[in-house]
Amino acid sequence: MKFGVLIFPGSNCEHDAYHMISKVLQQPVEFIWHQSKDLKGCDAIIVPGGFSYGDYLRTGAIARFSPVMEAVRKFAAGGGLVIGICNGFQILLESGLLPGAMLRNKGLKYVCRHVNVRVETTETPFTGSSRPGDVLRIPIGHMEGNYFADDATLRQLEDNRQVIFRYCTADGEITDAANPNGSLANIAGICNEQRNVLGMMPHPERASEAVLGCDDGLVVFQSMVNSLALVARS
Amino acid sequence: MITEIEITPEVLARHNVTDEEYRRIVQILGRQPNLTELGIFSVMWSEHCSYKSSKVHLKRLPTTGARVLQGPGENAGIIDIGGDYAIAFKIESHNHPSFIEPYQGAATGVGGILRDIFTMGARPIAAMNSLRFGPLEQVKNRSIMEGVVAGIAGYGNCFGVPTLGGEVVFEESYSGNPLVNAFALGIFKKDQIFYGKATGVGNPVIYVGSKTGRDGIHGATMASAEFDEESESKRPNVQVGDPFLEKLLLEGCLEAMKTGAIVGIQDMGAAGLTCSTCEMGGRAGTGIEIDLKYVPQRESGMTPYEIMLSESQERMLLVAEKGREEEVFQVFRKWEIDAVTVGRVTADGLLRVKDHGVVVAEIPNAALTDEAPIYQRPLRKPTPVPTPSRPRSAAPRLACGAVLRKFLSSPNLASKEWVYQQYDHMVRTNTVQLPGGDAAVIRIKGTEKALAMSLDGNGRYCRRDPKRGAQIAVAECCRNLVCVGALPLAATNCLNFGNPQKPEIMWQFSEVIDGMAEACRVFETPVTGGNVSLYNETLSEGIYPTPVIGIVGLIEPITHTTGCWFTGDGQIVALLGQLTSSSDEYRDGLKQSFSEAELELSSPKDAYTLWANRLPCPPLDLQLEQRVQRACREGIQDGLVRAAHDCSDGGLAVALAEMSFSNFQTAGRGAHINLVAADFPAGVLFGEYQSRILVTLDEAHWGALQKIAVAHGAELLRLGTTGGDRLTIQDKSSILIDEAVAELESIWRHSLGQYFQR
Repeated sequence: MKFGVLIFPGSNCEHDAYHMISKVLQQPVEFIWHQSKDLKGCDAIIVPGGFSYGDYLRTGAIARFSPVMEAVRKFAAGGGLVIGICNGFQILLESGLLPGAMLRNKGLKYVCRHVNVRVETTETPFTGSSRPGDVLRIPIGHMEGNYFADDATLRQLEDNRQVIFRYCTADGEITDAANPNGSLANIAGICNEQRNVLGMMPHPERASEAVLGCDDGLVVFQSMVNSLALVARS
Repeated sequence: MITEIEITPEVLARHNVTDEEYRRIVQILGRQPNLTELGIFSVMWSEHCSYKSSKVHLKRLPTTGARVLQGPGENAGIIDIGGDYAIAFKIESHNHPSFIEPYQGAATGVGGILRDIFTMGARPIAAMNSLRFGPLEQVKNRSIMEGVVAGIAGYGNCFGVPTLGGEVVFEESYSGNPLVNAFALGIFKKDQIFYGKATGVGNPVIYVGSKTGRDGIHGATMASAEFDEESESKRPNVQVGDPFLEKLLLEGCLEAMKTGAIVGIQDMGAAGLTCSTCEMGGRAGTGIEIDLKYVPQRESGMTPYEIMLSESQERMLLVAEKGREEEVFQVFRKWEIDAVTVGRVTADGLLRVKDHGVVVAEIPNAALTDEAPIYQRPLRKPTPVPTPSRPRSAAPRLACGAVLRKFLSSPNLASKEWVYQQYDHMVRTNTVQLPGGDAAVIRIKGTEKALAMSLDGNGRYCRRDPKRGAQIAVAECCRNLVCVGALPLAATNCLNFGNPQKPEIMWQFSEVIDGMAEACRVFETPVTGGNVSLYNETLSEGIYPTPVIGIVGLIEPITHTTGCWFTGDGQIVALLGQLTSSSDEYRDGLKQSFSEAELELSSPKDAYTLWANRLPCPPLDLQLEQRVQRACREGIQDGLVRAAHDCSDGGLAVALAEMSFSNFQTAGRGAHINLVAADFPAGVLFGEYQSRILVTLDEAHWGALQKIAVAHGAELLRLGTTGGDRLTIQDKSSILIDEAVAELESIWRHSLGQYFQR
C-alpha cells in the first residue's frame, strides 16, 4: 500500500509527513504535485499543513481549485482514504469534502503548543487502532483553528458520530480551558459521512517520534495502515 | 533621458553624503555623478552597507578556525559540522524599520536573514531572534512589541522555518529604539555551497522573484541615521514582505541550484539591485551590465534611481552559465516566479546601468565596495556610570521569598511563552528541545548529530563596562550551549550602538570588540559574520551599547543532551563553579542596590529591572568559566547529569526556581537547598555572579562527577536534594526562602501575558 502526500505552493509540512510515513512507519510514500491529476495508485492521500497560497483570500480557498483536488474528490467519492492536517483540513473544508468552516482563533493570535485531544470514536480508519476515550498529546500550530458549523450541521456531525477528536484536559475532560482556539464543541477533528475523509487541526506527524518528546500521533497513521491491510486481505 | 538636477548641499544632505565623500566620488568618476549615480553611492557608502565606522575595529575579531569554511564577507558564515554536512548562519538587525512599522519592519528582517542563508544554497531549518523593547507600562512599547512579535510570526510561520529560540529584554533605554536582531541557520552538504560572485564574462545576469516597486527606497540610509520628530513620516522607507513568495523563491532557488547551471547568486537586501550587482561583480573582479527595461516592475513610471534603490523584498540576482538559462527558467516557471535575464557579466569591472539602451549610471564596482570610505573615528572614554558608594548602613534585611516572587513577575525574568507560542517552533519536525530551555536543540535527520543554538545580548552590563559586558555575553552564550550538552563551534554577532560620530559611543564599540574577541578566542568560537547597527538614538539619546551574540554548538550523539528542569525526586542538586566571588565592588553594589529597593519591592514597579540597573558589572574570570563549562559538558557526555541550568539574570534563587517549574514533559517539583551562612544572604541568592551551572544527578554518580570537576579544576558544591512541592532555601541560621512551586510558577508563567490582556 502506498501513501501520497500532496504539495501545493506554500505547503510546509509535506516533508514532515513524508518522513514520518517512510522512516517511522516504514511504508511506501510519494509526493504528488498540485498540478497533477494522477494520484499514482496511492491508497491513502495526505493533505499536509502549511500556508498553501500564503493563506491569501481564506486559508485553503485557492488550493481547492488545484487540478489535484479534482482527483482527490473522485478518489474520496470512490472510498479512498484522505486525511487533511491543519491547512489540509482547511483545504478539505473549502473543497466541500468536509462540512463546516474555519475561523480565526478566539485569541486572534497564532498558537503553537502541545494540547490534549480525546478520541471520540474508533469507528474510523484513522482511529481504529486506538481506544474510545484515549487522550493523545499532539501539538497544534495555527492562526485559524476555530472550527464552526451551523446548528443543523453540528447536530448531524454529533448524531452521526462524525466528531473524531475533541480538545480535552490531560484527564480527558472536555472543558473551555482545554480549548486552545474557541472551536465549536471543542472540535479538533471530524470525518465525512462515509468516514473515509478526516480533517484534524493538530499535527500528528509532529508527535510521531520519541526524540520529539511524544509519539501519541503515530496511532492515527498506524490505524490507516492497519485498515488498509484489512481491506487488502479481504 | 534623466533631467540632470544640480547637486546642491541639500541634495547631498538628503543622501547623507558628506562633502568629503562627494569629493571622493568626483575624483573616482573623473566627473560629477548624475542623480542616479549619487543615489547608488549614497546607499553603498551608507553605514549600513559599508561598515565605514566599524571596519577598523571588526578586524580585531577572530574569524578563522579549523571548521570555518566561510568567514565574514559573504552572505553568511559557513561551518563544517562533519559527515559532509555544513551549516550557514548569521544574525542581522532590522531595528530602525521596526520602530517605524513594527510588523513589516520585523517581518522583513526575518525575510532578509532567511534569504542570506538560502542564497548560499542552504535550506533554513532554524530561526531565532533577540528583541529589546522599552518598559511595557508604556502603551507605545506594548504596541511595538505586539507588532514585532506578530511580524516575526507572520513571516517565519508562513515561510515554514521553526522560530525556536532567542531572548526578549526590556529597558527604558530601548523605548525609542527597539532592537530586532534576527538569526537564521541553514544546512547543506559541503559540496553544495554557492557564492555571491559574478564569474564568467558573457554569462547572463538573471533577476528572480518579486516585481520591483517603490517600497523601501533609501532603507539603507534610514538605518544609518538617528530618529527625530519627523521619523514617523519615514514609513514609506519600510519594506513590505510577502512570505509566501519567499517560500516559492526558496524552493525555486534550491531546485535551480541542483541543475548545476547557476554560477553565482545573491539576494537583494539592503540597497536592492544596486548592492547585489556591484557586490557580485566586486567579489569576482568582473563588471556587470544591466538594462532596467528588463526589470519586472509593479509600478509604472519608475525612474532608474527608484529601480536601483528599491528595497522590494523577495528578489534574488543570479548568474547562470551562458547557454543554460532555459534550465533555470524552467524551474522558476514551475514555481510561478518571475525570472528574466537583465544583463551580462563583463570584463571591465564596471557597474553599467542602462535604461532602454541609454547608459544612466557607470561606476567601478570596486569604488562601491572595496574602496568605500573607512573611518577611524575618534574614541573617548565616557565618565563612568556612578557606582554605589560604600553603604553606610548594615546589609538590608529582606524577605527573600518576597523578593523572589517580585523578581519572577518582571517581564525580564518571567516566562516568554506569550511570545514564542506565536511562533511555529515545531515545523520540519526537528525540534528536540522546545523554547523555554537554555538553548534550542534541533536534530539532523539521517545522522546522529544535533545542533544547539542560543542568542545572548547584553546592554545593562556593557553600559557599565563594555569590555567585560561583551565577554559576559559570549561566556553566557557558550554556557547555555554547554548546559544542553553541546560543544560551542562558532559565532555570529549583531552590534547595536548609538551614534558613532560621538567619541564615547565609538569607545564603547571598540571596547566591546576587544572583549568579544578575547572571549571568542578563549572559547574557540570564531566569528563567521554578523551585522553592525549604528545610530540607534532618538533625540540624541543613544541606547545602551548592546552586542548580541549567537553561537551554534554540536551535540554528538544526540542522546547526550539535557534539559534544565528537575526530572525526579531524591536527586542531588549541586553547583559547578563558585557560589559567589571575592569582588568587594560587586558585593557592595548588591547591598546598596537592595537598600534602595525596599520601596520598589512593594510597589507595582518592575523591581528587578530597577535593581539590576543599579548594579556594577559582575566580575568574570574567563579561564574559570572555561573550566566550569568543560566539566559540565563532560558530565553530560558521560551520562552523569540529569539536568543542567546556568545561573544568570536574577542569580541562584531565580535559576533554582526555573528548574523547579513544569514543562511539557515533566511536572514541576521542589527542592531543599542548604547554603553556607553568609552575612548578606540576599546577595548570595540574587547576585548575578558568572561561571556557575546548577546540575542535578543521582546519588550514585556523585563520586564520578566530583572526579570530573577536580580534573578540570572546577568546584562542585553540593547544595541539596530535589523533591516535594516547595522550594526551600536555608542557611545554618534561618530559612531564607520557603515557597510553593506552583505559586512561583504561576507568577512566572502569567506575568508577561498580563500586559497584553484586553
